[in-house]
Amino acid sequence: MQYKVLIVDDSKLARMVMAGAFRRLRPDWTLVETANADEALAAVSGGAIDIALIDFNMPGVDGLELVASIRKTHPTMPVAVVSANVQNEIIGRARELNAGFIPKPLTDDALAAFLSGAVLRLKKVAP
Amino acid sequence: MTVDPGELTEIEQDALAEIANMGVSRAASSLRQMVGEQVLLSVPSVRIVTRKAASILVERNNPKKLVAVQQSFDGPFAGRALLIFPEAQSLELVRSIVGDEHSLEDVIDLEQEALAETGNIILNGCLATIANVLHRTMRMSLPSIVRGDGAALFEVDGAASEGQFVLFLYIDFNIKKRDIHGFIALLMDLPSIAALKTIVNDFIGAIEEQPSGHVE
Repeated sequence: MQYKVLIVDDSKLARMVMAGAFRRLRPDWTLVETANADEALAAVSGGAIDIALIDFNMPGVDGLELVASIRKTHPTMPVAVVSANVQNEIIGRARELNAGFIPKPLTDDALAAFLSGAVLRLKKVAP
Repeated sequence: MTVDPGELTEIEQDALAEIANMGVSRAASSLRQMVGEQVLLSVPSVRIVTRKAASILVERNNPKKLVAVQQSFDGPFAGRALLIFPEAQSLELVRSIVGDEHSLEDVIDLEQEALAETGNIILNGCLATIANVLHRTMRMSLPSIVRGDGAALFEVDGAASEGQFVLFLYIDFNIKKRDIHGFIALLMDLPSIAALKTIVNDFIGAIEEQPSGHVE
């Protein structure tokens, strides 16, 4: 099964690193890259996004606020906040929004673990 | 000589260096992961100095042209965190992170952006670890890039900063194989040193309250 993944990060380097990890882990999945919350919400309402990976520290709307907006229309979409801001408070707030947390620097192992869980959840919703 | 109200006792300095060490160790492990090579660290140093003295410490053994990624932080205490290295090494650092397969033009295109994200990851990791150790929450700004000498980096000429004391924490890092060195510095404003003392003493208190002896 192939999925469509939304990547939200204001840093081009961070998006390159994420795309590189997908090329190794899930080369046939489709990636949609956006640089801010507005673009991300447009992509989500455009439909067909299965999974979202969202940076926390972005200009304007931050990653947790963006997750909260996405949750209003997509309560079960697998979502992870990706950040070097590993404060317990940030990880706790992600958890309250039913989102995962992947620390930066990104590792293939951490991303692979989240994606495996996401695939299971997606199959449960639409077997 | 009167005692500076912001002065820290020896045990407070030790505790602060230890807390900084935890943050910077996290930063070094992030950097190591990003460049894929060993990163060596010095022992962290903690001082209360003027901004000018801090800028002189930074310039010692370093060329005058420096580049820094900086982030402000705010919470139980406020200040700035900086990842600093000689400007001549910034392209080499970027190259070590994006990989050698990219052309020089690509690396130059990406330099600013890659420095900001690298600083963001390293400084966030450092500050977040410190916040977690202290059981406090800190807000951090977006990263920005500053170029210039030590004085420019530490805003020595800024308004009201003349002779102003700051708590200055720094640690050197060295990426041996790449011949890249630099350092991570935290500058905290003196008005928040009183707050910092309380927090550090809570940290020391928590250690002293831990039951002694081993659990077999």
